[in-house]
Amino acid sequence: MSSHRLYRCFVKNTLSSLLLVVALSQAATYADAADFSTDLGETLSASELSDYEITIFPNGKNLPEGKGSVIQGEKLYKGRCMMCHGEEGDEGPAARLKGSDGWISFSDPLRILRINKYPVLLISVGSLWPYATSIFDYTRRAMPHYAPKSLNDDEVYALTAYILYLNDLLEKDVVLDEKRILNIQMPGKNRSISAWPEFK
Amino acid sequence: MKPTNVSSKDLVAVAKGGVLDRRSFILSGLAFSSSLAVSNVAASDSVGASKINQSIPTWMKTPGGSDTEYGAPSKYENHIKRNVAEHTPETSIFSIWHTPIENQRGIITPNGLHFSVNHNGIPDIDPQKHKLMIHGLVDKPLTFDMESLLRYPMVSAINFLECAGNTAPNAVSVTPLDQTCQGLFGQVSGAEWSGVPLKYILQEAGLKPTAKWVIVEGADGGSHSRSIPVSKLLDDAIIALYQNGERLRPSQGYPMRLFVPGWEGNANVKWLHRLEVTDKPAFTKDESGLYSDILDDGKIQRFSFHMDVKSVITHPSGKQVLPEKKGFYEISGLAWSGYGKIKQVEVSADGGRTWALAQLEQPVLSKSLTRFHIPWQWKGDSAMLLSRATDELGRVQPTRGQWREKYASYSFNHYNAIQAWYISSDGVVENSYV
Ligand code: HEC
Repeated sequence: MSSHRLYRCFVKNTLSSLLLVVALSQAATYADAADFSTDLGETLSASELSDYEITIFPNGKNLPEGKGSVIQGEKLYKGRCMMCHGEEGDEGPAARLKGSDGWISFSDPLRILRINKYPVLLISVGSLWPYATSIFDYTRRAMPHYAPKSLNDDEVYALTAYILYLNDLLEKDVVLDEKRILNIQMPGKNRSISAWPEFK
Repeated sequence: MKPTNVSSKDLVAVAKGGVLDRRSFILSGLAFSSSLAVSNVAASDSVGASKINQSIPTWMKTPGGSDTEYGAPSKYENHIKRNVAEHTPETSIFSIWHTPIENQRGIITPNGLHFSVNHNGIPDIDPQKHKLMIHGLVDKPLTFDMESLLRYPMVSAINFLECAGNTAPNAVSVTPLDQTCQGLFGQVSGAEWSGVPLKYILQEAGLKPTAKWVIVEGADGGSHSRSIPVSKLLDDAIIALYQNGERLRPSQGYPMRLFVPGWEGNANVKWLHRLEVTDKPAFTKDESGLYSDILDDGKIQRFSFHMDVKSVITHPSGKQVLPEKKGFYEISGLAWSGYGKIKQVEVSADGGRTWALAQLEQPVLSKSLTRFHIPWQWKGDSAMLLSRATDELGRVQPTRGQWREKYASYSFNHYNAIQAWYISSDGVVENSYV
């Protein structure tokens, strides 16, 4: 930062707020004073930002081009995910990747034992998550846990496809891409309500 | 002046601890004038008078050790430690560290004992290379380095921080688990947080009229992210740079974290590096599953940011044993609300049949731990200790039954029911439901 800018900033922030404090006596505190504006931020260029703009929104914003099949996803899953999430995506220290939420499942009588060891197995990506785009987003930024951001976009599409397949939300012969992912209707969406009054 | 001609052989000890025979000096030929200090010792010895009883503790008779550049607790307090939740062992990348809340007095948790939940381990961030970016629905996308952020006007506030999953075992376990207060309530702590109000950064970038949410992201391996409403960020949120007077610890988000007073811990994004201003939430991983509430009718409630009014008796608490069968004890505990100040705390020793108002220790601050006390004369019979907090908005802690009615049997977040500690006639304190 140039010394000229430093000086300008000092004058602007300090002098104006000092004057304000004097003028209002005890009426306003420095931090409440509306009469100063800060300007120490530097311009963020599009090229600086592009490496970091990784958030995928439910409307598809920021989704990269790419594709991956359920079959490819299954192979990748066995090599890089199964050791933690289990053969079927319903074991391990994280939330279940597939199936219903809750204590009991008639098709899975041992679930309760696994929950005893790992209580977060009470919840499930397949039943709670409202958007498939979030599976893509999270897998790409954070998984596999020991090597986050190591997967390429096609691999992330394939793994997302496989998790959707595990939840009967895709057929086995499907290839997922940036368009198709937006058509997936996740069961968690219709169950969703918002506690935040400004967003319904 | 140095006693050059004295050898240790010449000095005759007459008592333990280095008390010398006065004749030593004559034998050695040392002049009295050579050392004032030595001559005084000899002089007092010469009158044969009594001195301070030598059975006093050693540390009162010897010079102490030196201090250190960064102080540490007494070695006798070494057992006061955080512990890690069993299902998230310290070897895992996702780990949950509980504060020993029953050992705390006052409302401030020491930095080394503050609870922490790390979903992707603790990153080692070089502050010289770390930047905060703001972009999206703003007039000017901006970036800030540490040097410039540290020059902004700062504010400080004493606030609690609580994980949405604090006390989850009591939310979901059918029978009360016999655990300590640390195990059940160790995901809440109190500290003074200092930093830059977020509104300065948002105003500098210039919010577009459609700006409603900010996707707040950390620079950790998993790029933890949460969607936070703009209205909260313009209200009392800060970019926290200091905790209890020192720069943030790595496990609390060094070099900077978002601090949103009164809101669930997970929303207080650590290792903060990016603010993306939007019109809608992103439905990130933690707002898709782990940090939602499942209601009794099966609905999934999202964006329940506030930590509701809650309290717990810390003295005495789970797995402790009252040292004396009967007699005077002071019951003490903590109350807090993510909506404002604590207005009152009531305590019951008979399982909720009768209640008495506890004394609130000053200061009583908004969205902060508040310490309460009440004297208790234990008669030696079994007892059931309860505390029930009310905040300034009139929000009262529900009973466990009332809380459970709202949620599915397996919903574990945002549990704030009245806590009960059963005390047996042997003085053993145990987690209990009423
Ligand atoms: C080393 C163990 C490990 C491996 C390998 C791993 N994960 Fe995970 N995964 C975790 C843990 C632990 C969490 C929970 C993290 C948290 O809650 O912060 C998790 C969470 C998830 C979630 C979100 C579940 C939720 O709601 O919390 C998804 C989706 C996921 N993993 C997908 C994958 C995929 C796909 C792979 C393979 C590319 C993979 N994981 C490999 C440990 C692992």
